[in-house]
Amino acid sequence: MSTSLRNNTAVALAVAAFVLLLGGLALAFYWVPDAPLEGFRQRIFYIHVPVALTAYACFGWAAWKALRLLSTRDQRYDLESYTAVHMGVIFGILTLVTGSIWARTSWGVWWSWGERQLVLFLVLFLFYSAYFMLRYSVEPGPRRASMSAVYALFGVVLIPVSFLAIRLAEGLIHPVVFDRDIGSNLAGSQLLTFAVCLAGTLALAGALYANELTGKRIDARLSELREALE
Amino acid sequence: MNYLADVGTLARKDLRLELRSRDTFLSMVLFVVATLVVFSFSLPAETVAEASYGLLWVALLFTAILGLTRAFAAEREQRVLDGLVLAPCDRSAIWLGKALAVVAFLVLAEAVALPAFALFFEPVTWELVAAVALADLGLAAVGTLLAAMAAASRARELLLPLLLLPLAIPIVVGGVGASISDEPGQFLGFLALYDLIFAILSWASFEYVVTE
Repeated sequence: MSTSLRNNTAVALAVAAFVLLLGGLALAFYWVPDAPLEGFRQRIFYIHVPVALTAYACFGWAAWKALRLLSTRDQRYDLESYTAVHMGVIFGILTLVTGSIWARTSWGVWWSWGERQLVLFLVLFLFYSAYFMLRYSVEPGPRRASMSAVYALFGVVLIPVSFLAIRLAEGLIHPVVFDRDIGSNLAGSQLLTFAVCLAGTLALAGALYANELTGKRIDARLSELREALE
Repeated sequence: MNYLADVGTLARKDLRLELRSRDTFLSMVLFVVATLVVFSFSLPAETVAEASYGLLWVALLFTAILGLTRAFAAEREQRVLDGLVLAPCDRSAIWLGKALAVVAFLVLAEAVALPAFALFFEPVTWELVAAVALADLGLAAVGTLLAAMAAASRARELLLPLLLLPLAIPIVVGGVGASISDEPGQFLGFLALYDLIFAILSWASFEYVVTE
């Protein structure tokens, strides 16, 4: 277990995130042409969508670590899965905020139930907030680790199921009023900018993950030492 | 065969306990009827008829949560779970037995709730009955696993609704869709898919929730 304060992975990822995000933002603001329908404000797409994909990646990573925990019973995966959920929730909140701003600028409302991604992230936000409640109200130990892992696994299964449910609900419960001109046919410049921004947010998530993991490990080690002293 | 016998024994244990005390089932019935009455006062007069189906699904979901918070009460208070985990049977049989007992409670409560709904609000269609039956399976499958988690926590009854509600959103979508849509087939299919996915997942992961 590394508890050294020098964390080379985190530093390298943080530098990469800084460079990529700065470059990506510069590309998004000065290089990419305006979108045909939405114009300048469509550029929030280069922040909103990479952040959303990064949140998915974090939840997927958490589930992968949870699966490793359940198959090997190796307790160190517990903190890794927990930290990944933690990062996923942070990026999920960012997705909700940026999506809400985008909805406000293009439709004049802060929230629209017709917007699939936002509704899905609201469901996921509620789901993973309950993950924290679960962790805080169970005694630390192997059983808490496996319960959290099972819950994290439920999360990645819930993502496609909820997505399907939200699509089904569109016809009857939440009719789609608005449409967006993002998506299928991205031009080359848009695709490149998008890729740079996605790499940047992924690197940022990685840096935060590595940093937070070290912190949580130090915390865990500290409480072990405290118990040994008592 | 042995596995099924274990499941049957475990489910019978819960049903017999309930037959003797009758507290969970009766409180579920009273709760769902009271909720429907409250809902009848919360709908403005000119609301469309479809809205009452939505309220029915909320009432059914809350009733299921009420029943599920009691699902592991005996196990926790009398420390039965330790004994069950030590018993020479597959751990997933504990989940299956409990889930079957939960389905039985839900069906009994709905046997009162649906006629009451037909009396107070709108007629009960076959699609609605089919959707309720499918939703019961999904709620019991996921709910039993989460109730076992909640029973091990300090927050207990407080935790279960927080864990269950986000997972129950697809069930509500499928149920409401099947009740009000002109093509209920796709919603019933979605509910069946949900049941299948989450039943397999809960069946496979229950062991990790009750053992160290």
